[in-house]
Amino acid sequence: MTTATPTVAVGTQKTDGTPTTTAGRVRKRLNSRTATLVSIVIAVVWTIPTFGLLVSSLRPEDEIKTTGWWTAFTNPQFTFENYQQVLFGRSSSSGQLAGSFINSLAITIPSVLFPLAFACLAAYALAWINFRGRDWVYIAIFALQIVPLQMALVPLLRFFSTGVTLGGVTLMPAWDLVDEQKFAQVWFAHTCFALPFAVFLLHNFISQLPGDLMEAARVDGATHPKIFRTIVLPLITPALAAFGIFQFLWVWNDLLVALIFAGGGDETAPLTVRLAEMAGTRGNEWQRLTAGAFVSIVVPLIVFLSLQRFFVRGLLAGSVKG
Amino acid sequence: MEFDFADQQPKLLMLMYGLVAFVLVVGGLLLLLDVVPAWFARRREAQLVAASASGAPLPRRPKQREGIFALFFLLPTLLLLTIGLVVPAIRTVLLSLMNRTSTEWVGLDNFGWMFSDDAIVRVLINTLIWVLLVPLVATGFGLIYAVLVDKARFEAVAKSLIFLPMAISFVGASIIWKFVYAYRGEGDQIGLLNQIVVSLGGEPKQWLLESPLNTLLLIVIMVWIQAGFAMVVLSAAIKAIPGDIVEAARLDGVSPWQMFWQITMPSIRPALIVVMVTLTIATLKVFDIVRTSTNGNYDTSVIANEMYNQAFRYSENGRGSALAVFLFILVIPVVIYQIRNLRQQREG
Repeated sequence: MTTATPTVAVGTQKTDGTPTTTAGRVRKRLNSRTATLVSIVIAVVWTIPTFGLLVSSLRPEDEIKTTGWWTAFTNPQFTFENYQQVLFGRSSSSGQLAGSFINSLAITIPSVLFPLAFACLAAYALAWINFRGRDWVYIAIFALQIVPLQMALVPLLRFFSTGVTLGGVTLMPAWDLVDEQKFAQVWFAHTCFALPFAVFLLHNFISQLPGDLMEAARVDGATHPKIFRTIVLPLITPALAAFGIFQFLWVWNDLLVALIFAGGGDETAPLTVRLAEMAGTRGNEWQRLTAGAFVSIVVPLIVFLSLQRFFVRGLLAGSVKG
Repeated sequence: MEFDFADQQPKLLMLMYGLVAFVLVVGGLLLLLDVVPAWFARRREAQLVAASASGAPLPRRPKQREGIFALFFLLPTLLLLTIGLVVPAIRTVLLSLMNRTSTEWVGLDNFGWMFSDDAIVRVLINTLIWVLLVPLVATGFGLIYAVLVDKARFEAVAKSLIFLPMAISFVGASIIWKFVYAYRGEGDQIGLLNQIVVSLGGEPKQWLLESPLNTLLLIVIMVWIQAGFAMVVLSAAIKAIPGDIVEAARLDGVSPWQMFWQITMPSIRPALIVVMVTLTIATLKVFDIVRTSTNGNYDTSVIANEMYNQAFRYSENGRGSALAVFLFILVIPVVIYQIRNLRQQREG
């Protein structure tokens, strides 16, 4: 697939500028044809797997299991039965994804809000309040970004399950959470893990606000909390949206943190955990896997497509400027 | 039997508790920050009034206590990072030097086990293959695509198509590709890959069972997801190349090929490095794809998956922690490289 650019090279070895001959022009058009062709091929290869999944999820069970999804176009048979089964079916083998869907929501919403608010406050302090050791605090938070979350899993789980005891004195009792209360653990873990990147990203935006604006507000007697609420917050809404989407996709799509802190029970397991389990134990139940996968994909897809602009901006701010 | 919505109520209640907690914590903090300074201001005003009434010298204006504000702004973040990240990370390092139940110090035994157990050596080799291939191939596809669709007619749509997999969870992506790799012993194939093989006259295969091919097929999933990220960042970098440079080169009669290597590539070098580094780190930590597709069987396991297995399935806390620490050690040189690069850029 890398042939597009080399052909260009062979085609235009001339030094006298743009192709003036007819042959040159034809060659140039051919080159842009190859370019178009290659890009179309890549686009198709990238799209087909998802498309196949979507088509399959709408086909009847015995059709999915015996014929390829591409035959659905010559022999169209479509049904919503798979979705009905996988979402609302009561037998444990069907997935009961409606419950998991609610779990995913219950995990995701607070896990986005908490780090967003805390990081916002911290980023403001690091950018616009003068205090001793400010740079060191920023560097420390920045550096924490590189700690893989695997480094925190075992001790953090113990922290929840056995509490903190120092020299025989119980500083914090075990949380002893059951069933849906375990959501709190997941919120806590996601918030901690998200903070370094969140502070870094929001600091990038907040520190670039015009200093004159802050100065003017200070002269008028506004305190830091007031400046934060009335000036900074409205100005950084795009950055908040960028991080919000980022974190939403990350938490909704996360498997590892949910697996460890929410567990696999019906009361807490989000879609990713339930789907991973189905893929393992019912790997050939394609009617359920395809519909289930699509149920888990559809929410992030909608969020992503409608807010892509903010997401891209956040991505660029987080990776290139850093 | 039908789905019962009443079962879901405790969850929604819990979600509501979470939201109430959020409003209380954040709102409370903001309120505190507003009320306390106002109280101090009023007290000082009263002092001033009293002082001017009695003719005493005006009290000195107290030094501005910005530090206190900063502390409150930073408090939740610093507290959570300490409890949730710093202390656990230090404890993990300690646990990696202890036995499976963390009751005895065993020195570097766990690390010794990592390099002597054949299964784990296989895991390390697999991780190496992932780290070598994913950043290169994903960046390659992303770059080619970014160059090809740049200024094309349907650029926005074309980019969305490649970018879309980024919104899909690794679990979802794994299921999508498992379906592509699906195998049936007799009758029609239902997996696209086997169908292509069969229509070319080959024999259908159980793709995910054959090592080392299966690792490569799992890598395809990661590349499929991450190429969009590379494409977006690189495309932005390409668009940021100053127009006059491109124009000048064009006037000099530079061929597209030369243009690519002598103008585009040097200009987007910083972005290229950032993309490679980000992908390398993401690849080192890859877990979901392996777990969902093969559960680490058939010689496909990687460090993060093995870490999960050791620590949370076999209760081998020492070994699991050692793998986590090793993962951290692998990340460090990559990050140092990036920081040095950034510094050079700023200076040069």
